[in-house]
Amino acid sequence: MELLLIFISAAIVNNFVLAYFLGICPFIGVSNKVSSAFSMGMATTFVMTMAAIVTWMIYYLILQPFRLQFLQTVAFILVIASLVQFVEMFIKKASRPLYRALGIFLPLITTNCAIMGLALFSITREYNFYQAVVFAVGAGAGFTLAICLMAGIREDLELAEVPKPFRGAPITLIVAGIMALAFSGFAGMI
Amino acid sequence: MKKQLTPAQDFLKGWWEQNPVFVQVLGMCPTLAVTVSAVNGIAMALATTFVLVCASLMISLIRKLIPDQVRIASFIVIIATFVTIVDLAMQARFPELSRALGPFIPLIVVNCIVLGRQEAFASKNNPLRSVLDALGMGLGFLLALFVLGSIREMLATRTILGYPVLPDAFTPWLVMILPAGAFLTLGLLMGLANWNSMRIGKGR
Repeated sequence: MELLLIFISAAIVNNFVLAYFLGICPFIGVSNKVSSAFSMGMATTFVMTMAAIVTWMIYYLILQPFRLQFLQTVAFILVIASLVQFVEMFIKKASRPLYRALGIFLPLITTNCAIMGLALFSITREYNFYQAVVFAVGAGAGFTLAICLMAGIREDLELAEVPKPFRGAPITLIVAGIMALAFSGFAGMI
Repeated sequence: MKKQLTPAQDFLKGWWEQNPVFVQVLGMCPTLAVTVSAVNGIAMALATTFVLVCASLMISLIRKLIPDQVRIASFIVIIATFVTIVDLAMQARFPELSRALGPFIPLIVVNCIVLGRQEAFASKNNPLRSVLDALGMGLGFLLALFVLGSIREMLATRTILGYPVLPDAFTPWLVMILPAGAFLTLGLLMGLANWNSMRIGKGR
């Protein structure tokens, strides 16, 4: 039950993109087409879950026993960077078109604050191992949901007559604002 | 090859022409998240500037020693080191600010502005120009965060930096403190910036 609550809270109520502003760069950068947005969401979810598992172990099995907590930023970012490298190599082998569609944003998952933020959040909230994993999957699902919704809206926006200075990033941000407003309706549900 | 800029231009371009937030659309996450009030925005921007300048200096000093294949990893380790310094210093000296900014101080590591400048500038230029460039970008970031933070704080609580600016008759817009307010304000500001540069472009 508690795990379910963590999942829903991370996916919808405290959506990473729309409530914590984590992972805005890919949210704006890769949300042109629903298909590539969905694969970006999946790749991010995968890296998030792996990162949550690995960083949790590193923090509680290595950093804490040896009182090295001050190294957490350095240690986490290195783990995340190598994970992303691994995922990139895997996708390159497994699916060329997907690799090309994600382009520059694949290595940029490293600097996706959602992943680093997730690792830091599960430490500050003192989640146990299962909670941390569920939290990661939930946050990934929330990210995928937000980026796919956004891509759907932007596909329609292509045909709309947006005033010239607002094309591109500004209108995307405004749409995101309206989405955030809609999502804040979930606040207080948990 | 782009034309060589003078040191002054290196410094000034980050303010407006290549403003990291409004023009390059980098570093969105901290920009949106911490600008609930002007003070938070300034603190965040100063912390980021410190990291940016130190990392740029360090990286441009050792740029010829870093092998090309592992440069991103080396940049990140250097950046993470300075971020840890800022994080610990803020926890010790400004515990309140540190609590208000929460995880966003350690998250400077993944701020695209910092990594972007190392990749695009510091790894190719001498220390003096890199530091000037970093300072300029940092100040541009400060400007953006201050404007955004002030607008949101003003509309949500009638104050800027704690000083009352709007009359009591003004009903505070609660939405400005919520995430939605951040997105809307930044979107409108960016549109305004675009409109302005288009207008200037036409005049020339």
